[in-house]
Amino acid sequence: MLKTFKKGGVHPDERKISAGKSIEILPLPKRVAVPTTQHIGAPAKPLVKKGDIVKTGQLIAASGGFVSANIHSPVSGKVFKTDEVVDASGYRKPAIIIDTEGDEWDESIDRSDKLVKEIALSGEEIIKKTGEMGIVGMGGATFPTHVKLSPPPGKKCEILLINGVECEPYLTSDHRIMLEKSEELMVGIRILMKALKVNRAVIGIENNKPDAIGKLTNLAAKEDGIEVQPLKVKYPQGGEKQLIDAITGRQVPSGKLPIEVGAVVHNVGTTFAVYEAIQKNKPLIERVVTVTGPGITQPSNFLVRIGTPVGQLIEAAGGLPDNMGKVIGGGPMMGKALVNLDVPVTKGSSGILVLPHEEAHRAPVENCIRCSKCISACPMGLEPYLLMIEAEKELWDRAENDNIMDCIECGSCSFTCPAHRPLLDYIRLGKGKVGQIIRNRN
Amino acid sequence: MNQKLVISPSPHVHGGDSVPKNMYGVIIALLPALVASLWFFGIGALIITLTSIAACVFFEWLIQKYLLKTTPSVSDGSAAVTGLLLAFNLPTNIPLGLIIIGAAVAIGIGKLSFGGLGNNPFNPALVGRVFLLISFPVQMTSWPVPITSRLHYIDAETAATPLSVIKEGVSAGQTIPELMSEIPSYINMFIGNIGGSAGEMAGIALILGGIYLLWKKIITWHIPVSVIGSVIIFTGILHLIDPSTYADPLFHVLAGGVLLGAFFMATDYVTSPMSRQGMLLYGVGIGVITVLIRVFGSYPEGVSFAILIMNAFTPLIDRYMKPKRFGEKVKTVRAQTSK
Amino acid sequence: MSIVLITIMTLVGLGALAAVILYLASQKFKVFEDPRIDQVEEVLPAANCGGCGYPGCRAFAEALVKADDISDLNCPVGGPDVMAKVAEILGKEAGKSAPQVAVVRCNGTCEHRPRINQYEGASSCVVAAALYGGETGCSYGCYGLGDCVEACDFDAMYMDEETGLPVVIEDNCVACGACVDACPRDIIELRKKGPKSRRIYVNCVNQDKGAVARKACEVACIGCGKCVKVCPFDAITLENNLAYIHDDKCKLCRKCVAECPTNSILEINFPPRKNKPAAKEAATEKTEEESK
Repeated sequence: MLKTFKKGGVHPDERKISAGKSIEILPLPKRVAVPTTQHIGAPAKPLVKKGDIVKTGQLIAASGGFVSANIHSPVSGKVFKTDEVVDASGYRKPAIIIDTEGDEWDESIDRSDKLVKEIALSGEEIIKKTGEMGIVGMGGATFPTHVKLSPPPGKKCEILLINGVECEPYLTSDHRIMLEKSEELMVGIRILMKALKVNRAVIGIENNKPDAIGKLTNLAAKEDGIEVQPLKVKYPQGGEKQLIDAITGRQVPSGKLPIEVGAVVHNVGTTFAVYEAIQKNKPLIERVVTVTGPGITQPSNFLVRIGTPVGQLIEAAGGLPDNMGKVIGGGPMMGKALVNLDVPVTKGSSGILVLPHEEAHRAPVENCIRCSKCISACPMGLEPYLLMIEAEKELWDRAENDNIMDCIECGSCSFTCPAHRPLLDYIRLGKGKVGQIIRNRN
Repeated sequence: MNQKLVISPSPHVHGGDSVPKNMYGVIIALLPALVASLWFFGIGALIITLTSIAACVFFEWLIQKYLLKTTPSVSDGSAAVTGLLLAFNLPTNIPLGLIIIGAAVAIGIGKLSFGGLGNNPFNPALVGRVFLLISFPVQMTSWPVPITSRLHYIDAETAATPLSVIKEGVSAGQTIPELMSEIPSYINMFIGNIGGSAGEMAGIALILGGIYLLWKKIITWHIPVSVIGSVIIFTGILHLIDPSTYADPLFHVLAGGVLLGAFFMATDYVTSPMSRQGMLLYGVGIGVITVLIRVFGSYPEGVSFAILIMNAFTPLIDRYMKPKRFGEKVKTVRAQTSK
Repeated sequence: MSIVLITIMTLVGLGALAAVILYLASQKFKVFEDPRIDQVEEVLPAANCGGCGYPGCRAFAEALVKADDISDLNCPVGGPDVMAKVAEILGKEAGKSAPQVAVVRCNGTCEHRPRINQYEGASSCVVAAALYGGETGCSYGCYGLGDCVEACDFDAMYMDEETGLPVVIEDNCVACGACVDACPRDIIELRKKGPKSRRIYVNCVNQDKGAVARKACEVACIGCGKCVKVCPFDAITLENNLAYIHDDKCKLCRKCVAECPTNSILEINFPPRKNKPAAKEAATEKTEEESK
């Protein structure tokens, strides 16, 4: 019996059509737009102004607080302006726009492919450096990594979990990193282990990636304290709490962080970025993005500079199909539908998914028939049908009592609902309101 | 860009489940029982099933179109399910007029007066059935003899059901072992060769249908298992105490509507609780009330009443029986660490 | 016969006993309440709309009785007449408030503001606002999903299917403010009804820079400031690329209307004047029609 998390979960079609495509380097964009809020927390403060000449990897916006992240220039060239650009949600957010001229890198960055195994820095230095290099969680949540590496006082991390689950359908960027950057990944895990002062790390990989499991198991056999745990395919196993449950059997209590049960989870993409930051002095300026979808002629995995417009990635993958209906940043379960194709790639963009017209529309909403399938599907043991009613009727106190804040917004409920009810839409609204009420109360 | 991009909140894909899929699944699961019914009761079963389905679908369409002035939702299959279940709960010699009255009550009062599918507190088919049972007790409790009455409808030869044989016998002072010779063998009860409502007698067909529902994940095991389990345990205890007054558990499960009720009526989505624990409590409630009515009450059969009574408790059960939240079992750990 | 007698006597006895218990209980738990609260509540419209800022007419009545100075308190539904009656009962001075009406400050019709996306989430403005900037390039304008219409208890709003924007039926609007609260974008505002229902306001809430706003919507306020300069009464201010006409200072001279390059300032219920642009004529006629 393969391990998996115990409660709820669904099984969407996997459709990993780009799994066999190795990572390609996308040509440099002519102009990049680098938003100053690519992470959870305070926005970064721009350090450059119009007309400044910047090098690739140069710091262009400084972290705006402890929970925030530095931002580095992904290209070399001239700052066109600092302005507002439309982000994925259609709202305008401040960004630094840079016109590319050549590709001159900051001298401190080691651009060679040589594997550096020796970890020279101490634990504290590693944490400091991940902060300086602007590393954030690259699985989608974009939580600053240095914060996750600094456990709150009194809490001890016992186990490091590396998230190679990639439970979202279509996406394959983490899969490719595990296959192509396996050695670097192992060093990255060592670095994280040193920073967290733990001697055990487990890489969780879903069973639909046997090649990655095989390769990493072989490598891990040579390492002390690192092991690979194959997992049963089930969505949302890539959720932090679900992964901890699946591998360790411990459940993070409501409203608490994983450190409460002695675990810290990092995504494989983040681990690779940490390797590059610590060993190669390379800030987070590029990432692997999967471009995929039923209508895409050449589904691909690209190594893309941050700030590249999404449209350019789609062009490189064969262009938009005629019956295009929806472009999603991320996977189909948790990704965000993009309002146009000029939206830039950010640190949290794991994929670009193009859905054809017929798959882009929702079916009409019907009455709730109380089939309780949403309850069966909810990985957090909540009652989505009830939370939706409470959010619709603005019964915030009752929603709070029914643990609305525990929702991880995985979308399993809406995915399952036979009446096509917009459960998560309303639960998300309720979470926002209840969160506000709780903050005001404290 | 010449095409408008669609924007909507996540998730952007759907599992493909739908209300009609579930409803037609129930109808498919009821087919074995329908076949058994047609085999044993022949023309009567055919007439009442068709009438009941047609009447339910018609009333739903009529009321929604002309009284409520909404778009009729008959295509979702829920009215057909109600019609089929109503027919399965009627004797096969019942006059057509009563079926139509039952269907009107089931759909009009039982379902649409509360706001249609999803809002009705009581199982519509049972509302129709119980309305008929209370209003027309004679017609509702004369049961045709199987096989011999295949070619007869109203004029079918009637006989008592095993449950009423036991009920009347025990109250007349006879003992269970004596009465056992007057009722059909368990094998006949299992395949459905006994008197009773159109669709409730063929145990094997209902179990087959139930397995189909479980396999298709239309229902979960909680309600059927808890209903049947509690009937077995409760009657088992009674049987052990006094085998001469109380029939054995197998008899109680095979006779009457326990199997139909457990798999098809109690599991009705709308009127059953949402959480797993709630479902178990609800199922146990139905089992216990059924046995109480059968053994101590004045009616020989109590499944319909038991389900309706527990339907009334469903909102209360939903209020207090919450599913187990993720991370709940480590509550003690939280209490220690937070201080 | 005796059965009937016993039954009647039992019932009478029970009734008498219950009456005594109830009487004692009501004496024991009696709470003194100012009788004026009931009187004030009587004259209030009993709409329980919450427009006064209190959860219902009863709560408002309590507040009125309690307050020393009621000039700040106003019942928008009842208006000055009701407040005068309340003041009479309480012997206090009622505040003078000009009648108000809700105005929708967005003119982003399908014509003026091209749709560049198609929204398909739950049909509710607050849900949409939590996620997206809207179907158009304007991330300030109306979503057109009708939360305000839903919130209105007085049948004073409806969605115009052609324009995709909500319309206020002036005669029904009591200025309770429910729609103002419901709108996640603060597009709806309560403004002075004005003499003969004449009023002038900026029909836009877009705070983007001029070029961006103009690109998203033909009739957006581009923050050019021409109206500010032309206004003889300092009634217009410009903040975040958006002009705002203060209704307490505006004397309805209509100079700004003619000046606005994007026709985003709207005049309502004015008599026609010469050489006015066609678009405005249509808008004015429309509102006149509705008010009938």
